[in-house]
Amino acid sequence: MKVLALDTSNRPLSVSVLNYDKVLATTTITTQRKHAAYAMQTIEDLVKVAKLKPSDLDRVVVAQGPGSYTGLRVAVTIGKVLSDTLKIDLVGISSLLALSLNVEKEGQLVAPTFDARNDILFTGLYRITSNGPKSVLPDQHISFEEWLKQLDQFDESIVFVGEDVANFKARLQAHFGTNFKSVVGIDNLPQAARIGIYGEQQRPVSDIDTFVPDYLRLTQAESDWQKLHPGEGHESYVEQV
Amino acid sequence: MKNENSLILSFETSCDETSVAVIKNGKEILSNIVATQIKSHQRFGGVVPEVASRHHIEQITICLNDALQKAGVTYSDLTGVAITYGPGLVGSLLVGITAAKVVAWAHQLPLIPVNHIAGHIYATNFDHPIEFPALALVVSGGHTELVWMPKEGEFKIIGETRDDAAGETYDKIGRVLGINYPAGPQVDQMAHLGHDTFAFPRAMEKNDNFDFSFSGLKSAFINTVHHADQINATLDKNDLATSFQQAVIDVLVSKAMRALDKYPAKEFILAGGVAANRGLRERLDQELEKRDVEFVKAPLKLCGDNAAMIGAAAEMLQRHGAKADMSLNANPGLEFEWAENEEE
Repeated sequence: MKVLALDTSNRPLSVSVLNYDKVLATTTITTQRKHAAYAMQTIEDLVKVAKLKPSDLDRVVVAQGPGSYTGLRVAVTIGKVLSDTLKIDLVGISSLLALSLNVEKEGQLVAPTFDARNDILFTGLYRITSNGPKSVLPDQHISFEEWLKQLDQFDESIVFVGEDVANFKARLQAHFGTNFKSVVGIDNLPQAARIGIYGEQQRPVSDIDTFVPDYLRLTQAESDWQKLHPGEGHESYVEQV
Repeated sequence: MKNENSLILSFETSCDETSVAVIKNGKEILSNIVATQIKSHQRFGGVVPEVASRHHIEQITICLNDALQKAGVTYSDLTGVAITYGPGLVGSLLVGITAAKVVAWAHQLPLIPVNHIAGHIYATNFDHPIEFPALALVVSGGHTELVWMPKEGEFKIIGETRDDAAGETYDKIGRVLGINYPAGPQVDQMAHLGHDTFAFPRAMEKNDNFDFSFSGLKSAFINTVHHADQINATLDKNDLATSFQQAVIDVLVSKAMRALDKYPAKEFILAGGVAANRGLRERLDQELEKRDVEFVKAPLKLCGDNAAMIGAAAEMLQRHGAKADMSLNANPGLEFEWAENEEE
């Protein structure tokens, strides 16, 4: 099974081409913000050096969110259009679960963390098993203080993963003491090779058209509108003319 | 079939329409799927960029498959993939650009980057090929510009709005009249029922350049209505609409006629969403009848944003060597070059 995997959820861009669990080519870039320009360029290069043609691919695995809205749309658009146009399998996985793949110790609790600014996080809680990370608390958009309250029910060590953990490290350490654990270096970056290998085991998306990013958050305009129009907002807003 | 005909799959997602089309030889629309988000943005009184981007990604594969199916073609029939890469909303543009790049790469097809404004102009190319030199007035919710085309493949701006686009001004004064976005069609209708009684300013009409300005007109309109509200006077809405539209049309038409004096074109093109405005079409009909120039209006159903026009422009651009690679990015502020300024 030839697999293309990618994550453009946040600042890092990670792309990998695999054949089953064998990595044929992989790249992670942390110095560029223009994923829209670099993602397809990187994919083209890696597929070429892996000595494959686009039509050789059997599956595309993408990190589906949460994360930067524009970033998510890059990977999700690539995933859904590639899957649609080549008639290949599409798998979407949580961008938070994707980060938790960097922790391998079975039984360990992992809290992948993205800074959503204003002391708010995109985060979730996973437990590592032999079959990969299992969700313990769902991915959510939550204030730092509320999140601490949710985590207080676990009296065990939690590994916080992600480049943004640094922004909260002092406060997490103060709160959790020795139960606060973190990782260093590349373990804080999404690794598309791990995303690909994990995605090979997952069930493909059945309806590609409805595959969209997991933003975990309404736009400001929509949430303001909903407050003024309770109970409305379920009809279709887009129509072909 | 391949190599004998040009068969272009085109994408357009620069604002609030997701559109995919299949265009044969730059002339024939095999399909032109347009999914509009107007109903969604009406909730907010105008286009919200993040909402627009989200809708584009919901629609993109639906529109793509509908376009191919309606055209009765498969990927192996195609000779190119075209995409609007600017100007427009960056998040919206990126969905279409990414989709187009994926299709081009997956099927190893050339990728043709298209300026949205060139697309609007080429909406007129289906009925008969554009004759050069040509002068185009492109007016929409996001753009108001005069484009000089000395020959095929060359686009030069000679004038543009310095503030609001004409269509944007319609939406803003529409709000004051209680008309939801997009307000253009209803204001146009009302403008045919009233009289030009308010003498709104015609900004820059006498200036010696081809630029436009609509923010002064907008302010004058809003002040007039607010002042009347304060003294509890009732103004005739049709007269307001007529007076507003007359001011817009006077400025657009007088600048366009002056531009024609300096740039003698064989063909004068009216394109963009506001090209559907009946008042503007009628006035240009009258003015251009007196001149030795052919007046070509974009067909009503191709005035708004659509991918067919992008495919038509792409066929021409591809013949002139336009090609992009996988590094293509959105250029939200994309502009044609300005025409050389002659000594004044």
